[in-house]
Amino acid sequence: MRYLPLTDADRREMLSVIGAKSVDDLFKDVPASARLGAKIGGLPDHQGELEVERAFQAFAAKNVSPGTAPFFIGAGAYRHHVPSTVDYMIQRGEFLTSYTPYQPEITQGTLQYLFEFQTQVTLLTGMDVANASMYDGSTGTAEAVLMANRITRRHKALISGGLHPQYRSIIETTAKWEGFKPVLSKADAEGLEDLIASVDKDTSCVVVQNPSFFGHVRDFTKLAEACHAAGALLIVVVTEVVSLGLLKPPGEMGADIVVCEGQSIGNGLGFGGPYVGLFATRDKYMRQMPGRLVGETVDADGKRGFVLTLSTREQHIRREKATSNICTNAGLCALAFTVHLTLLGEAGFTRLAEINHAKASQLADKVSAIPGVKLLNDSFFNEFTVKLPKPAAPVVEALAAKRILGGLPVSRLIPNDPSVENLLLLAATETATDMGMDPLVAALKEVL
Amino acid sequence: MVQSLDRSQGRAGGVAAGAASNHGTYTGNRALQIEEPLIFEMGQPGRCGVDLPEPPKVKDRLNGLRRAGTIGLPGLSEPQVVQHYTRLSQKNYAIDMGVYPLGSCTMKHNPRINEKVARLAGIGDLHPLQPVSTVQGALELIDRLAHWLKTLTGMPAVAMSPAAGAHGEMCGMMAIAAALEAKGERAQRKVVLAPESAHGTNPATAAALGFTVKPIPANDRGRVDLAALKAALGPDVAAIMLTNPNTCGLFESEIVEISKAVHDAGAYFYCDGANFNAIVGRVRPGDLGIDCMHINLHKTFSTPHGGGGPGAGPVVLSAALAPYAPYPWIVKDGDTWRVAEDGAKVDGTPLGRLKAFHGQMGMFTRALAYIMSHGADGLKQVAEDAVLSANYVMAALKDVMSPAFEGPCMHEALFDDSFLKDTGVSTLDFAKAMIDEGYHPMTMYFPLVVHGAMLIEPTESQAKEDLDQFIGALRSLTERAKTGTAAEEFKAAPRFSPRRRLDETLAARKPILRWRPSNNPPEGDPMKQAAE
Amino acid sequence: MAVTKYTEEHEWVRVEGDVATVGITQYAQEQLGDVVFVEVPAVGRKVAKGEACAVVESVKAASDIYAPVAGEIVEGNAALADSPGDVNAEPTGKGWFFKLKLADKAELDGLMDEAGYEAFVKSLG
Repeated sequence: MRYLPLTDADRREMLSVIGAKSVDDLFKDVPASARLGAKIGGLPDHQGELEVERAFQAFAAKNVSPGTAPFFIGAGAYRHHVPSTVDYMIQRGEFLTSYTPYQPEITQGTLQYLFEFQTQVTLLTGMDVANASMYDGSTGTAEAVLMANRITRRHKALISGGLHPQYRSIIETTAKWEGFKPVLSKADAEGLEDLIASVDKDTSCVVVQNPSFFGHVRDFTKLAEACHAAGALLIVVVTEVVSLGLLKPPGEMGADIVVCEGQSIGNGLGFGGPYVGLFATRDKYMRQMPGRLVGETVDADGKRGFVLTLSTREQHIRREKATSNICTNAGLCALAFTVHLTLLGEAGFTRLAEINHAKASQLADKVSAIPGVKLLNDSFFNEFTVKLPKPAAPVVEALAAKRILGGLPVSRLIPNDPSVENLLLLAATETATDMGMDPLVAALKEVL
Repeated sequence: MVQSLDRSQGRAGGVAAGAASNHGTYTGNRALQIEEPLIFEMGQPGRCGVDLPEPPKVKDRLNGLRRAGTIGLPGLSEPQVVQHYTRLSQKNYAIDMGVYPLGSCTMKHNPRINEKVARLAGIGDLHPLQPVSTVQGALELIDRLAHWLKTLTGMPAVAMSPAAGAHGEMCGMMAIAAALEAKGERAQRKVVLAPESAHGTNPATAAALGFTVKPIPANDRGRVDLAALKAALGPDVAAIMLTNPNTCGLFESEIVEISKAVHDAGAYFYCDGANFNAIVGRVRPGDLGIDCMHINLHKTFSTPHGGGGPGAGPVVLSAALAPYAPYPWIVKDGDTWRVAEDGAKVDGTPLGRLKAFHGQMGMFTRALAYIMSHGADGLKQVAEDAVLSANYVMAALKDVMSPAFEGPCMHEALFDDSFLKDTGVSTLDFAKAMIDEGYHPMTMYFPLVVHGAMLIEPTESQAKEDLDQFIGALRSLTERAKTGTAAEEFKAAPRFSPRRRLDETLAARKPILRWRPSNNPPEGDPMKQAAE
Repeated sequence: MAVTKYTEEHEWVRVEGDVATVGITQYAQEQLGDVVFVEVPAVGRKVAKGEACAVVESVKAASDIYAPVAGEIVEGNAALADSPGDVNAEPTGKGWFFKLKLADKAELDGLMDEAGYEAFVKSLG
């Protein structure tokens, strides 16, 4: 077996040093009833690299790769071009096969890029401090609600109808089992929601998304003021982080916690994971943050260096009093994010955002010109909602049959709600071309 | 020390002869060890590492919310970016460089075929919400891995979506809470039992779900004290959380009795699967009577540790807990695959949803490639070689170091610090001296139940020659420590690493968590002037 | 005349009138190592005897500080936010944690005096 260096001769010699007759002696603590003499049955034996690769090519052949079809799906995961440098960098073994930097003297590489990552996140979001990443935007949002509950010692979280439906489900699940009360507003496809009147003295936080799940762009400054007047926190979620290249950052609107899905920068679609959660807050809430934090310090020679810090918030020290049970984060995806953003820089990142907005704008014009199709958004970044004259799910299936990945029927994520049955969510990024948009429009005309 | 600044690169330079902290070089560099500023100290406006076309001119539809000022991101060209991260990478220790015996973390070889297949077009580039008719192969892949995990553990069900081990713990404990609720016992059973040697995630998870954590004592053999456990079990107990093999590297030899006692008391058995590598392919946890167990794919199944993630933590479930598994899961209808998502009509009462989309697909792909490469025969050999290697290290060091417990260990060897008594050298000093010998230290001061603990997990990935050199290095360090005159030398370690010991007190007292133009780098820092 | 009492949790309690000042002992600060952060209770909070009401953190450990006697918090040591090292440098002086107004002076009788505490520390080896 190519991964196992020990030879039979090695094994015999090692057993003799140990003083054991066979390896079975080393498993003598396993109860007899659970000892398997032979290998586990019903499973194939080892295979060479060639055979393994073929098996995966066979899986891949049964899928439609977005690179081979007109593609317009978003809804919390966005198809962007990732420069080759990013993937090369994250595959360097010193990054790929290192672990959590418990020994800072020999993990300065990881610690410095995480420090740079934290700084980039604060700049994008307009916040004071950021952690070294969460699993993804969805789990990070639930953690943000828990953090707000801790800070305010309240348990009523108002959840916007513009928040991604799966993020809403995760908050509901967390609430059910961890014991707090979310108040979920109904799906806000038109972008008309105003939660200011709902904030009261029992509210721990309000969770909104910008741009919303349906694509609307909103200013939450007044909502932030209302939250603060009532002693509640405003949590702003961003699922398309590229939008921050163009839009007023949540920090300038008065957000107390900002959570972003960072996948768009550096990380491929990957069928939903692993992604990277960005998590930022105000200085005053620093010690209530979940997750790892990297801080600057000096070494014994007085040279600048970086360490994991404020660890007493974490499970491995505080145990049952920890701010979160999180341990592993998304280190390598954070590296992909930070390498890509460093390549882009100010000029590249803002231009990328401009291109996304322009492409989506073109698509919106083309699609809304189809008879019977109504654009629901007066504002959007790179994603918007249209109302079709018939249910969207079969339309999307019909498009797929023509090898066009033509958006997300909202009913897939919000089932059993007639008000969203005809809604189609469409996204266009810098990867969209006229050669992709025109077939979509033609096919839509055909199937509607 | 005279320094001048080359503004075009943001790097320090100057005559630094005699400056110890700069190694007496002009640059402050030392051959392959190159001092590296932060990206914010080297960027220039007008420089960019990508070429993007002019955006098409369109009407702005941003609702008047265009960003007013600049973001503050630095501009670097592509070669600068490549050099920056390459230099940073060279300040890291990694599995690819040598023995990385970090106990409880299973730092095994990360095969590159895993990376290749995860990036195949048609796998790595799929959108999670594509029509299911266009992702049949992806759903089949997830189901194939699920089949392996169920078969290897001897359990009837698996929840694939948790993003990491701790997330899997949350999933498993939520399933237990859901099962208790279905029986009308959730209000009454509020206690979770866990040994003091447990990973910190166990009590953190239980507490988050509103359970009170009660410690159960260990016996002098490092295992759960069965009598004490039985005494602690009662109508108020919801579950036991137990790692097996445990965090002392030992198999819980009375585990069948433990699970029987737990079930007789009406409670559930959560098994922390962090140490599954010791038994994979050789023992099925399902045969031990557990109710659920998370599997860290980045430990046992070689998905890369990536500097702290991403991981994946699928949870296998017993028949009693399976009805509560969270959304989503994969279903086969005839010849087609579909996804059971929120709101779908299903048997059972799912506990909800833990993560967007379908879980850590990229990790599933890598883990399945690893599993298929090994097969049932190879995985059994993995467990045997991992256990053999740990016992070999233990046997070769037991005369000079102090094993915490007698008898064979599983995949990790645990020592206490009694062999360092009166030497003035602590576990921390000993670990830092290992760095100068070219090794990543073992896990230190965990588990908490052993004084000055040193937990060594060599994994199955090291050749015997490399284990022998590692053993030789530890024996040499032990000898040096025991001279009784080497304490200062140990306290000065590491001396040859990119940085020497870092001031963690300073970092925590005055947290600097981001770069700011006003951050004042400390005296003696070669980058000081670069930041100005 | 101030009276100083001690607890088995290595806290000292200095009583002047009906106000008690609370901190940790020299022995406790040595055990903790460099203190990096102290969280003190809010003024006005009523605490029961034995209730966790402050937290003291070193780099690798966090310890709860328990109210040695019941009472109402009248002051927290705000200076510790900027100089947590005072707890190491002057644990019984500038490094005090909080002051509380005693609810029941009789509770003080259950605490150790200086000699008793010294003997207690000795017994820990």
